[in-house]
Amino acid sequence: MTEGGAGGSGGSGAAYGRDGTARAVSTPVGIGDLGASLTEEIVPDDVPPLTEQTRREAREIIARYPLPRSALLPMLHLVQSVQGYVSSAGVALCAEELNLTKAEVGAVMTFYTMFKRRPAGEYLISVCTNTLCGFLGGEEIYAALQEQLGVGHDQTTSDGRFTLEHAECLAACDYAPVVTVNYEFFDQETVQTSTALIEDLRAGRRPDPTRGAPLCSFREMSREIAGFAAPERAAAAVAAPGIGTPTLVGLRLAAERGEAPPAVGASAPARKDA
Amino acid sequence: MPLTPVLSRRWNDSESWTLAAYERSDGYRALHKALSMEPDAITAVIKDSNLRGRGGAGFPTGMKWGFIPQSKPGETTGPGVKPKYLVVNADEGEPGTCRDLPQMMNDPHSMIEGIIIASFAIKANLAVIYIRGEAVHAMRRVRAAVDEAYAAGYLGKNVMLSGYALDVVVHPGAGAYICGEETALLDSLEGFRGQPRLKPPFPAISGLYGSPTVVNNVGTLASVPPIILNGADWWKAMGPEKSPGTSVFSLTGRVARPGQYEAPMGTTLRELLEMCGGVRAGHQLKFWTPGGSSTPLFTDEHLDVPLDFDGVAAAGSMNGTSALMIFDDGDCVVRAVGRWIKFYAHESCGKCTPCREGNPWMVQILDRIERGQATEDEVDQLLDICDNILGRSFCAFGDGATSPVISSIQYFRQEYLDHLALGGCPLDPARTRKAELAGTRS
Repeated sequence: MTEGGAGGSGGSGAAYGRDGTARAVSTPVGIGDLGASLTEEIVPDDVPPLTEQTRREAREIIARYPLPRSALLPMLHLVQSVQGYVSSAGVALCAEELNLTKAEVGAVMTFYTMFKRRPAGEYLISVCTNTLCGFLGGEEIYAALQEQLGVGHDQTTSDGRFTLEHAECLAACDYAPVVTVNYEFFDQETVQTSTALIEDLRAGRRPDPTRGAPLCSFREMSREIAGFAAPERAAAAVAAPGIGTPTLVGLRLAAERGEAPPAVGASAPARKDA
Repeated sequence: MPLTPVLSRRWNDSESWTLAAYERSDGYRALHKALSMEPDAITAVIKDSNLRGRGGAGFPTGMKWGFIPQSKPGETTGPGVKPKYLVVNADEGEPGTCRDLPQMMNDPHSMIEGIIIASFAIKANLAVIYIRGEAVHAMRRVRAAVDEAYAAGYLGKNVMLSGYALDVVVHPGAGAYICGEETALLDSLEGFRGQPRLKPPFPAISGLYGSPTVVNNVGTLASVPPIILNGADWWKAMGPEKSPGTSVFSLTGRVARPGQYEAPMGTTLRELLEMCGGVRAGHQLKFWTPGGSSTPLFTDEHLDVPLDFDGVAAAGSMNGTSALMIFDDGDCVVRAVGRWIKFYAHESCGKCTPCREGNPWMVQILDRIERGQATEDEVDQLLDICDNILGRSFCAFGDGATSPVISSIQYFRQEYLDHLALGGCPLDPARTRKAELAGTRS
């Protein structure tokens, strides 16, 4: 394909250069690779096309906002939900619906980590390797999953089932180390539990996250993020567990000690008697 | 100090994320009270309470609301006649920070009630919750709570039959830490790359779509209903006078019982460590962050620093988000800092040169120091690079990146030098050997 999606030259070149520079620190993806993936995109046979329904839903997203362009991020999640990544066609659809150039949409798309430039697997496995999770076992978990899956950062297994990434802080440091599958939390992981999780997924089982809804596919999750929750699972997903000991440990200690905020009307600072 | 659960008090209630549970526990009573007040009187209560923003900077919330220009009778031009917006910064992602997600997962209505009261106070008819894209479970519970609030008449054309109209949009981010910076967040929300804007003009004058905008953090807004309901004096009865109220302290890392401990502002790490069972058995506290990775490190010298905005600043760091990442004597400070700087290098938005170029340089130097393959000059070179980033970056992100580097060299310079003398990490020889092998291959 020669259709240059986001365009690899001119005004947006700096954009890709910037991203390439930043990524070169921790990933093998260089500026050249990035340009190639955008300008010579090979669309796999099993990627479904974007349809009139995609356009209708894109317009539904646009209608949520006072100005249309605010819809761009959720629209990119939407086209990703159909194709498993943001393709040239996905960029073009967003550009057409928002009356932007493809270069403008591409410049935005490439800025954000969650938008994938190659088809992601059924399961996106993210391992937090930031300092805190990394120290508590995240680095070992990431190394073990790399070996188990045979892929590196931002790469997908040849059967198209797993995409692996090392993630920056996932805002769950109290549950460190954490792994997410399609962004649902598996808390306080070890090498053993994480590799067992992958084995379960390989065998077609979907273990429940520690916090989060029963697992769905990466595409289904992208659709939910765009604001189109699957009605048949919405209620159960909302009610799925969202709490564990680290969230509650302070509350339980307060109850145990009989400590509480001052009563309304009290004026002296609340201090425990010595 | 005692534990004082205010924001966290409903987290363990049965189905705490639902409207029914929230209403059983004072839910929307503060809104009822607020709607009977003049908008300016609400802002006055928040000003009087000295509530300071929980997103990290600690700016006085009531003052921020008061900056929003309001039109005078007969006025037809100027910022006061433009629509006003409330934007919620729910893009939690600062390393160590993990209290907004539990708030939204387990008590989303507390934030929504705060949103409605704040919007009414600044006369906004649209509020947008910009929530981190990866935070899917928090997002679905917030969306469900917004739907419930609409259905119950707390949102929509006629809020609680008061005649006041408010719409709330839940907006997903897409994985860019910098969007937690308020002006980058606004650019992202407008459909652009999330890069910070030049200030001034501040968002209060020219924010979302060039209109007056308040950007508030999740915890700030969740603090509003209890203050309105119980009064500013009640809030000020907790914590120090200039930075009162409670804070949800997130204790993480090498502690016996990591988690969320809500206590008055000004509580010390010594007190908090006693609550969470202390550091790992057989180890000693070595270094810690008072408010996330962007706040200068503290050590065991700082156990009695009052953890509030002014107390932490006086001791040379920043209170940030009360994100206390605890490391002990088994942890290598060079490795910790190196990993953090990789994060800053990855998340730098690229807008300004010092941050975009400086962070990757620091990654390379820190990596070499960790492997013991650098010279002492390079430790000073790190400080020189920091000198070129700090105060010379476009936004606070670059400044934040220098915090762990400068403070770690300040307190642990000898440990840096030990790496060089030993030719590797004194704390983890096995890991260093592996890194050496990897280094010779490449």
